Amino acid sequence: MIGRAALAAAALLLAAFLISPDSFAPLLEPLTRRGAPAVYTQTSLWSLTVSHLALVAGAIAASAVIAVGLGVLVTRDSGRDFLPLARMVTAVGQTFPPVAVLALAVPVLGFGDWPTLLALFLYGLLPIFENTLAGLTTLPPQVVEAARGMGMTPAQRLWRVELPLALPVILSGVRLSAVIALSTAAIGSTVAAHTLGEVIIAGLLSSNAAFVVQGGAVIATLALLIDAGFRAAESAARSRAGF
Amino acid sequence: MIEIEHLTRRYGPRAVVNDVSLTVQRSEIVALVGTSGSGKTTLLRMINRLVEPSSGRVRIAGTDTATLPPHQLRRRIGYAIQGHGLFPHRSVAQNIATVPRLLGWDRARIDARVDELLDLFQLPPEEFRDRRPQELSGGQQQRVGVARALAARPELLLMDEPFGALDPVIRAQAQQDLRRIQRELGTTLLLVTHDMTEAMFLAHRIAVMDDGRLLQCAPARDILTRPASPLVQALAGEQARPFHLLSLSQVADLAQPGTAEGPPLAPETSLRDALAQCLWSGRDALPVAGGGVVTLAALRQAASGETGRTGAGASVKAGVPSPPASPPAPQ
Repeated sequence: MIGRAALAAAALLLAAFLISPDSFAPLLEPLTRRGAPAVYTQTSLWSLTVSHLALVAGAIAASAVIAVGLGVLVTRDSGRDFLPLARMVTAVGQTFPPVAVLALAVPVLGFGDWPTLLALFLYGLLPIFENTLAGLTTLPPQVVEAARGMGMTPAQRLWRVELPLALPVILSGVRLSAVIALSTAAIGSTVAAHTLGEVIIAGLLSSNAAFVVQGGAVIATLALLIDAGFRAAESAARSRAGF
Repeated sequence: MIEIEHLTRRYGPRAVVNDVSLTVQRSEIVALVGTSGSGKTTLLRMINRLVEPSSGRVRIAGTDTATLPPHQLRRRIGYAIQGHGLFPHRSVAQNIATVPRLLGWDRARIDARVDELLDLFQLPPEEFRDRRPQELSGGQQQRVGVARALAARPELLLMDEPFGALDPVIRAQAQQDLRRIQRELGTTLLLVTHDMTEAMFLAHRIAVMDDGRLLQCAPARDILTRPASPLVQALAGEQARPFHLLSLSQVADLAQPGTAEGPPLAPETSLRDALAQCLWSGRDALPVAGGGVVTLAALRQAASGETGRTGAGASVKAGVPSPPASPPAPQ
């Protein structure tokens, strides 16, 4: 209850800040030096937030499709041999630093959103893949046996039994990836992606702590809200799955 | 109904089921018994091809099961397992409707069938239809599991330790229900159990397996009195043999003229229960409702297996279709 009230307050505060950043200027002023601006105005914070979220959503949607697909593939009889390969690919995607991905991608993809999209996509694969794997391999054995024994085809078993029952665990993987991507996306602005990282970088370049704080706070608040949203979806899926 | 011919399943060099042949008649109940690892579950699972045979053939109502796609074969065969395996994300009604939905029945027909089955299993539809399996007791879940297996009116029902997870009281009730329902529907039933008492209670014939081989398939009385090998005798429970024998007959089969003190026994009381009453009340004879008595001396004789091949109806449980002639036990 307290958690929910705090979240609602955070959401309101965030909305107020994005709609009217200037009214927060007095709060941020103490962080500035020598009369530097307290609020970032180069690009509208609202549009940066929207493009930041769109970038994360696009990357994570792609990660989810590929990672869940891989998880399904390697848990089928025909795809079991690909498990080590899929593990390796997703693990490399997670361990290769996103900054390095950006650096390597720019010469190929150019400046802008694409390198960031790629970095976030790769970074998001592992948690979703591992959770899909965990969800699909820990289903109650009698339930799976019953689904076979009733005469469901492999596709019917997957869509009607396995995925609905594994959904809560899969969603928690998507949540992890989304939250990580939300904060990681900020570095995309080093290669000219439109993200809230632009505000932080501007703050760093001009030694303006107010910019760094506002960029960081907006991202952190978004992360909290998205985390809460996914948790709610997970618990809905969990009760629908009968756990 | 089912003809199993030289069925074998090998895992590597080991034959888990080894050249088993068995014929089950329509409306017959056959129990597969044996120790764990005897191959009884594998044999059962080869019938609906959850396990593919290494060699041999299964025919159901004349059709070779290998000629059908496995999922279509399974939709024609009821299947109930230990721990029921109900879908936790589906309501009771949706669980029962699984196979009819796969078969593409229309909505009204499915709804009617679900309600009919819930009634048959004494689960009031308006109360149970929309509940989730995990909101039910163990006994109720088990009944829903069997109802689901019977939903599309299969002629053949396979059960793998269906009552294994139930406590003794609910288990006895579930066995009685199953017998009643099987009699009503005339479903052919092949049942795996490790509980000899359950096998004796339910089955027309008992198939005893060990180490992948079928040792003997015969009516319970023959398993007890004419075991094909010492192993069958041991598996049938040597010590409990007199009690098993008594449980196969009813006091009506053994009643003789006379009178005795005390409250009368119902004619369908098993001899085993009658003996228990004699011992507990310290009497030598008990009255039977509708006339006659059953005496301790007669019970003693029955327990030794001697009435087995005489007395009319003594080898057949009342109300059950007479057991079909048993095929010769494989050597």
